[in-house]
Amino acid sequence: MQIIAQILFLLALVAGIGFFIRNIRKLIRNIKLGREVDRSDNKGERFAKMARVAFGQSKMVKKPISGFLHVIVYVGFIIINIEVVEIIIDGLFGTHRVLSFMGGFYNILIGSFEILALLVLIGVIVFWIRRNLLNIYRFLSRELKGWPKNDANYILYFEMVLMVLFLVMNATDYQLQLNGAPHYASEAGITGAFPISQFLLPIFEGMSNATLIIIERTAWWLHILGILFFLNYLYYSKHLHILLAFPNVYLSKLRPQGEMDNLQSVTDEVKLMMDPDADPFAAPAEEETSAEPEKFGASDVFDLNQVQLLNSYTCTECGRCTAECPANQTGKKLSPRKIMMDTRDRLEEVGDIINKKGKYEDNGKQLLDDFILREELWACTSCNACVEACPIGIDPLSIILDMRRYLVMEESAAPNELAIAMTNIENNGAPWPYNQQDRLNWAKEN
Amino acid sequence: MAEALKVPTMAEYMAAGKKPEVLFWVGCAGSFDDRAKKITKAFVKLLHEAGVDFAVLGTEESCTGDPAKRAGNEFLFQMQAATNIEVLNGYEIEKVVTACPHCFNTIKNEYPALGGNYEVMHHTQFLKSLLNEGKLKVEGGKFKGKRITFHDPCYLGRANGEYEAPRDLLRKLEVELVEMRKCKSNGLCCGAGGGQMFKEPEPGNKDVNIERTEQAMEVKPEVIAAGCPFCNTMMTDGVKGKNKEDSVAVMDVAELIANAQDL
Repeated sequence: MQIIAQILFLLALVAGIGFFIRNIRKLIRNIKLGREVDRSDNKGERFAKMARVAFGQSKMVKKPISGFLHVIVYVGFIIINIEVVEIIIDGLFGTHRVLSFMGGFYNILIGSFEILALLVLIGVIVFWIRRNLLNIYRFLSRELKGWPKNDANYILYFEMVLMVLFLVMNATDYQLQLNGAPHYASEAGITGAFPISQFLLPIFEGMSNATLIIIERTAWWLHILGILFFLNYLYYSKHLHILLAFPNVYLSKLRPQGEMDNLQSVTDEVKLMMDPDADPFAAPAEEETSAEPEKFGASDVFDLNQVQLLNSYTCTECGRCTAECPANQTGKKLSPRKIMMDTRDRLEEVGDIINKKGKYEDNGKQLLDDFILREELWACTSCNACVEACPIGIDPLSIILDMRRYLVMEESAAPNELAIAMTNIENNGAPWPYNQQDRLNWAKEN
Repeated sequence: MAEALKVPTMAEYMAAGKKPEVLFWVGCAGSFDDRAKKITKAFVKLLHEAGVDFAVLGTEESCTGDPAKRAGNEFLFQMQAATNIEVLNGYEIEKVVTACPHCFNTIKNEYPALGGNYEVMHHTQFLKSLLNEGKLKVEGGKFKGKRITFHDPCYLGRANGEYEAPRDLLRKLEVELVEMRKCKSNGLCCGAGGGQMFKEPEPGNKDVNIERTEQAMEVKPEVIAAGCPFCNTMMTDGVKGKNKEDSVAVMDVAELIANAQDL
């Protein structure tokens, strides 16, 4: 009987982890559909930023309430997962609390897991209340209707259930140890400390050991199967941030936020135009004629770079960007969170086509217009509030800029007044129609 | 008519075989916009007051390309950048100061990769350095004790992390500096950036500058201080929209310092 449980456990573990790896490979494949971008510089600074922002949650706590609750759930998640190591060993080898040889330290560990589990449970309940009962601006946006809202709630329910299972497992285990049940009780006394689950004991009072074992085993199995399921749910949800936040922060921009990249393809063109030695009648070199001319800006996910695509998978839809966006606050359609969600949804759509057909075949859709509207793109003031607000280094502004570049340089589709301002800059060196020769007139006026 | 300002140009310096210690990059708004021209003049007065050896490009200056770049016209931006860099490098410019955070950001961050490497300062940073060196006196004067709030320009603050230089100058004016609930890295945009200055906003329920003006009004200031000609325009319009132009002034930090000393 025991050996069957061990084999079933091994199968569940292999299936859970195998499926997870399969999904991660798909994720990497999809991200690699984007343009390459070199972020291999300044490794030390990048590690320090990752330690501070991702591991240290430094930007999360800028909003004190949600930040504090998030730190609890985050710390709880990491620490309680140490317990998963023990569960895996116990499951594979049929042992009971294999790490208990650590003695007093083990009791401290289990005790602190219990306290954290309770805190996580409370935190997650407060999160649910904030999301569903309170009118918090960033949870009311259009883009959260339907699946994104449900997704967020499923994750919260899941965490609640996992924590309850953990505590029930411990409580019944404790009761079994108190009852002196074989396999559970040990000569040395009680294994583990149960500062929280001891209060659950009255529920199990008077139950036979057989019943208790069934409850304990059920909670144990559901807990570990739940974790394996959750691991695989990540890929289909917004919750990937628990893994991707780290590489995402590592790869985020280190330069001043105000700096926007200079397009190399344009630099080459401008250099050629300004080169007095350039031969206007020169035939293009062989390789140049065969290569497709590089597209300016982005109209689809293929035109974005790999960090931007990673950004889209990392976004957990918290909406801090949208809450800070001046356009969004004043009722415009633009929502930086939606830019990230749309990018991810389009990338997933492309990924699904590749899954089914082996390669991408045009399905008549693209990121521009079918997902992100021009009206959204033109509402941006490039103020960087969204970039500043993101706790894990996502840059919605860079996607907005790349899509504007496509609109202007490939489609000449700037709003009329902007087109006029650009014409002015081109003709007289200022966005207004003033003669460049009048540029110093102010010095003579009084 | 008062005496005209003395504003030397790089061409004049070159002709005299001299080089100024700093180039004052005036910018399009500072050159052509009637309101912004006052900021330009106030800053020039302060430069004279501090005895700074400076020059402007005058008719050789052209738009940095910031609005074009942020509107998506990278091509036009790089054309502008290439032309400007050629002029700046031709004059062997080493240090640039500007009263426009957009010009500041572009020349400081986006020109280097295109061959334009200069030390670039926003005018509030430059004024603060003059103050530290003892070249410029900043004293309360008529603004002493007045309730003033500072609106952070996005391209000075979030974009380049400079929040303190303008505030340090205001503190020196012995004003009662009050902060809006959205300030520094959380500051709300005035609504002009990213090319919005030159177009009508997208449909919504409010203009961004009205929202920002309301935030400023919450702290009941006598003056809204700004550090950007575009913010200045947007906030001035916002104050007018609230019919408060008689009780609330919108002024650049440079203007406040110059006016305090009756320059």
